[in-house]
Amino acid sequence: MDAFTTHTGIGVPLRRSNVDTDQIIPAVYLKRVTRTGFEDGLFAAWRKDETFILNNPSYAAGSVLVAGSDFGTGSSREHAVWALMNYGFRVVLSSRFADIFRGNSGKQGLLTAQLAQDDIELIWKYLENEPGSAVTVDLVSRTVTAGDIVAPFEVDDYTRWRLLEGLDDISLTLRHEQDVTEFESRRPAYKPSTTVA
Amino acid sequence: MSGTLAEKVWDAHVVRRAEGEPDLLYIDLHLIHEVTSPQAFDGLRLAGRTVRRPDLTLATEDHNVPTTPGPITDLVSKTQVDTLRRNCEEFGVRLFPMGHAEQGIVHVVGPQRGLSQPGMTIVCGDSHTSTHGAFGALAFGIGTSEVEHVLATQTLPLKPFKTMAINVEGELQPGVTAKDITLAVIAKIGTGGGQGYVLEYRGSAIRALSMEARMTVCNMSIEAGARAGMIAPDQTTFDYLKGRENAPQGADWDEAVAAWQHLCSDDDAVFDAEVDLNATTLTPFVTWGTNPGQGLPLGESVPDPETMGDDNEKAAAQHALDYMGLTAGTPLREIRVDTVFVGSCTNGRIEDLRAAADIVKGHKVADGVRMLVVPGSARVRLQAEEEGLDKVFTAAGAEWRLAGCSMCLGMNPDQLAPGERSASTSNRNFEGRQGKGGRTHLVSPLVAAATALRGTLSSPADLVDLVDAGAFEGSK
Ligand code: SF4
Repeated sequence: MDAFTTHTGIGVPLRRSNVDTDQIIPAVYLKRVTRTGFEDGLFAAWRKDETFILNNPSYAAGSVLVAGSDFGTGSSREHAVWALMNYGFRVVLSSRFADIFRGNSGKQGLLTAQLAQDDIELIWKYLENEPGSAVTVDLVSRTVTAGDIVAPFEVDDYTRWRLLEGLDDISLTLRHEQDVTEFESRRPAYKPSTTVA
Repeated sequence: MSGTLAEKVWDAHVVRRAEGEPDLLYIDLHLIHEVTSPQAFDGLRLAGRTVRRPDLTLATEDHNVPTTPGPITDLVSKTQVDTLRRNCEEFGVRLFPMGHAEQGIVHVVGPQRGLSQPGMTIVCGDSHTSTHGAFGALAFGIGTSEVEHVLATQTLPLKPFKTMAINVEGELQPGVTAKDITLAVIAKIGTGGGQGYVLEYRGSAIRALSMEARMTVCNMSIEAGARAGMIAPDQTTFDYLKGRENAPQGADWDEAVAAWQHLCSDDDAVFDAEVDLNATTLTPFVTWGTNPGQGLPLGESVPDPETMGDDNEKAAAQHALDYMGLTAGTPLREIRVDTVFVGSCTNGRIEDLRAAADIVKGHKVADGVRMLVVPGSARVRLQAEEEGLDKVFTAAGAEWRLAGCSMCLGMNPDQLAPGERSASTSNRNFEGRQGKGGRTHLVSPLVAAATALRGTLSSPADLVDLVDAGAFEGSK
């Protein structure tokens, strides 16, 4: 996965709390067999409403989602993260995230930055008054900048380190590939192989 | 240092241990099927990675396959199966496709080839991977991103688990089976009772079980919320494995058995929890609700939610009864079914089919009841046909099908219609599991067969009355 240090992109104010993963991507999209192309399923039900924020051309190319509290609740589907990232989002800002969603995000390289709800309100107002404005998210200093607003955010140290280094779970393990190879050399010869017989 | 069986297997697979990090465990066998693998392979492709150990990886087609001859007609199912074929080809993974003599439910195929062995770590993107624990392996289900991780590295970073001993002592009465043990265990500890635990089944009743019966018990550990279920290997295990194509041969065999003999919990090992069950007093068990923990002995009646302990349980039971269309106080034996399903990774093995065939032999399935018999693998099907079991079933009016998951989860055309009721030898009675609006009663193969003949939930013992009364044709 790509390393993340700082990101600047159009902010999308999503004034909704308790956005669950079924709203992020409805179950009918789960039958697919790929990892990509889920952007059309993102917020599929809401996008049918022409007043929905992503249907506004000023926000359509957004990459920083500014959401209400308790984002990502419900089923543990990893597709929710794929849909957001396939669409082009790199960061979600919220005052609270569901645990599993946050875990899945960290593994895929989507930054979930936790801000105070007051700061979320300020950023919403700013983005609504100035549609299409950019938001900068700096993972090194853990701050979000939107116009004159500069707000700190929280992300746990481990996830931050992984994002800064661009390490997904597999790359993390592969840093210890030597250990794996050594272990393999010690495996008993009687262990079965699937390719025999 | 003394330890439990699970801890011993775990410790033997630690590739790397570091303070504050999950242990990195080596995986001896990775089983794959069409539903949970596509995105894992796609992830490899996107990152330019390969499968580290194709020789420790095996794929089968099971969840989506039709059990009647002919191609897959459902488009989504076909796409998943086609994708698996392409992925296996591209990444060099061995596949047993539909029509292949070795095709079947992934948890039937591994053991029947002798691939599932004591002391191994086995994973699959399917929760019923716990089945393979019957051999004394640490076997558990994983998610799609973990499937990708194992494909790429043959390892998994894992958080520690707790251990629970399930002691089942005594001798089972005739007509009482492994399925009844497991349903009784789940009813006792609840569907969340095993959360965070690896269960180890112990005691004289477990030792007396055949390998296939042990698989039934371990299979359903997940329904108690457990990570895995295990049984220490013994002579029964070794006898089952010896000579199978993927079991060790020659000198390797001797070395393996010598090692396997040490795979048991030490006498002074401490479990985090222990549960006792008396096998002698067990009777056939059936579920009445919409989770596998909502079960009772067949001789009892549909429970009254009002008598249940806390409000949550009360509400859940009432909801279950509404969905199941049942009234409190109805004797379970009077519940009439439309469909009987014999099959699945829980009870789709040759012994299960033999047991069911033994009951229906020479009799007719009750009017208005459809009986579906679906072998767990192509090999089981062939063996059953060699023994003439298919004829027994079809002569009784049952349908004899090709191998697959079938009505266990209704991803293929074998489904219940809304409101239809089944007695099923599978493992999950969740709402809609066997088809939208379908109502499932989990039972053993013996109860399934007896139910097919009488049309209401029954045990083989109930048939004796009927035979005496001459109530159904074909009786002596
Ligand atoms: S038979 Fe049922 S439980 Fe077993 S693998 Fe198939 S769908 Fe899953």
